[in-house]
Amino acid sequence: MFPTLIFLSSGLFLGWSLGANDAANVWGTAVGTRMVRFKSAALVCSIFVTLGAIISGSGAAHTIGKLGAINAIGGAFTVALAAALSVYWMTKLGLPVSTTQAIVGAIIGWNLYSGTQVQFDELYKILGSWVFSPVLTAVFAFFIFHLVKVIIRKAKIHLIRLDGLTRNSLILVGAFGSYSLGANNIANVMGVFTTTAPFGELDIGGLITLSGAQQLFLLGGIAISVGVFTYSKRVMYTIGSELYKMTPVAALVVVLSSSIVLYLFASKGLKMFLESYGLPSFPLVPVSSSQSIVGGVIGIGIAKKGRNIKYAILGRILFGWIASPVIAAVVSFISLFIVQNVFAQRVI
Amino acid sequence: MKLFSSKTKEVETDIDKYLEKIEEVAMLFELALKDYFEGKIDRFEGKYKEIDNLESEADNLRRDIKYKLYSYLLIPDARGDVLGLIENLDNVIDVAKKVASHFSIEMPIVFPFLRDDFIELTEIAVKAVMELVRAARAFFKDIAMVNDYINKVYFWEHEADQVEDTLKRKAFRSTEIEKFSVRVHMRYFAERISLLADEAESVCERLSVYAIKRSV
Repeated sequence: MFPTLIFLSSGLFLGWSLGANDAANVWGTAVGTRMVRFKSAALVCSIFVTLGAIISGSGAAHTIGKLGAINAIGGAFTVALAAALSVYWMTKLGLPVSTTQAIVGAIIGWNLYSGTQVQFDELYKILGSWVFSPVLTAVFAFFIFHLVKVIIRKAKIHLIRLDGLTRNSLILVGAFGSYSLGANNIANVMGVFTTTAPFGELDIGGLITLSGAQQLFLLGGIAISVGVFTYSKRVMYTIGSELYKMTPVAALVVVLSSSIVLYLFASKGLKMFLESYGLPSFPLVPVSSSQSIVGGVIGIGIAKKGRNIKYAILGRILFGWIASPVIAAVVSFISLFIVQNVFAQRVI
Repeated sequence: MKLFSSKTKEVETDIDKYLEKIEEVAMLFELALKDYFEGKIDRFEGKYKEIDNLESEADNLRRDIKYKLYSYLLIPDARGDVLGLIENLDNVIDVAKKVASHFSIEMPIVFPFLRDDFIELTEIAVKAVMELVRAARAFFKDIAMVNDYINKVYFWEHEADQVEDTLKRKAFRSTEIEKFSVRVHMRYFAERISLLADEAESVCERLSVYAIKRSV
């Protein structure tokens, strides 16, 4: 058990990075505009991220498992470590980096190192979703924003009451967003371990039974929560205050749009529901919450005819999108070499 | 959640009451000055006292709103603007009270040929204040309407300037007023009354910026 935990530590570190960084995508606008206190945000986020991971985390994790079927726990450890280091480094630079890109880059690094054929079908599905998710969020944000504007205008809600409504809505939507984040992004944290972690079924007081994967996801959820509490504050203020001068209502629309998109790409139940009616469904793929939230911000920007978008910061984020998978792939390749040859661990 | 909604309701009511106080002050101001111009000095003094009391009540409300906005942590993004607006609106009440007090203390002699102009100037200045209150109310409840009311304030302020100008010219060109000091006194009071419209306009300048910020 103890060696397993040591190997899982890199995944937990990655979870911490995700909490430090991606939780800001859900709560940054709310906390950055001072509508929700950081402590409240962190608490709600932790609870719902963990619930999302345990209840709905398996779909997207399965896709990550297929992209690189990492068959040795030492390899999984190294891949997760490489992704985590890349995310940590970029977080340090204050860039809203995506854990999704980092882990996919690191898996590609493993594929290259082990000489395993890259599963291009899965890779294209993931890459496609990277493009599609921000665009979809932008579309949602655009329409929801207009709808909300009409409602506010027609309802003539008092500024003070609107403030109260927005604040409560931000917490509700933030909880939904955290759930979606946990459901969708736990794949990035623990997806590489699902085939190698030796956990049996765990029965908790005869009430709940957690499968091996769910125990992994629970650990991942806790790691994310620690990341949220210890390191996400600064990134939240970057997202909320620097990228776009948001009104709280606009912030709410961005988070709601992004949460819907993350949920669409994570929910097995919704996928089955849509398919049962012969409707097109969304692939269960880990999508980047960073890309999604930026899509939402752009959607609002377009709705307001492009006012106030800070293009320089947008450029830095775009640079991070390209840099993070590349950096992660290189770090992963080098780390695998070191772990195998210096520490004599099996990585393939 | 319920506690929170009761707090918002409380502040909402306070803001509504505050705006009502400004309207009351403006209406009383008009009635008080009309009484003065018609020589009903006792009635004028009574209304001046009422204005004085309303000013104190508005001050208390203003302090309450300020305290509650900060202690309940409401509207963090627009708090500064709302307080700015409330403070600026307070200047309008202050001007009304001061002008009335100047009348009460200095007791200027208003010549009959200037009476109608003074009454018209007072009515117009009060109209500017009433439109300002509507603009402020719209800022809270119907942001799209703010500019319509602001434009009306600008219109009345401009009208007030013109009536003030006419009044001053009449005062200085008339042969009925013999002493130069009395002419200056007339000019001074015309300017004081018109100051009410000027103050309404200056609040609107700020209000239009707050409105733009809210709509972004």
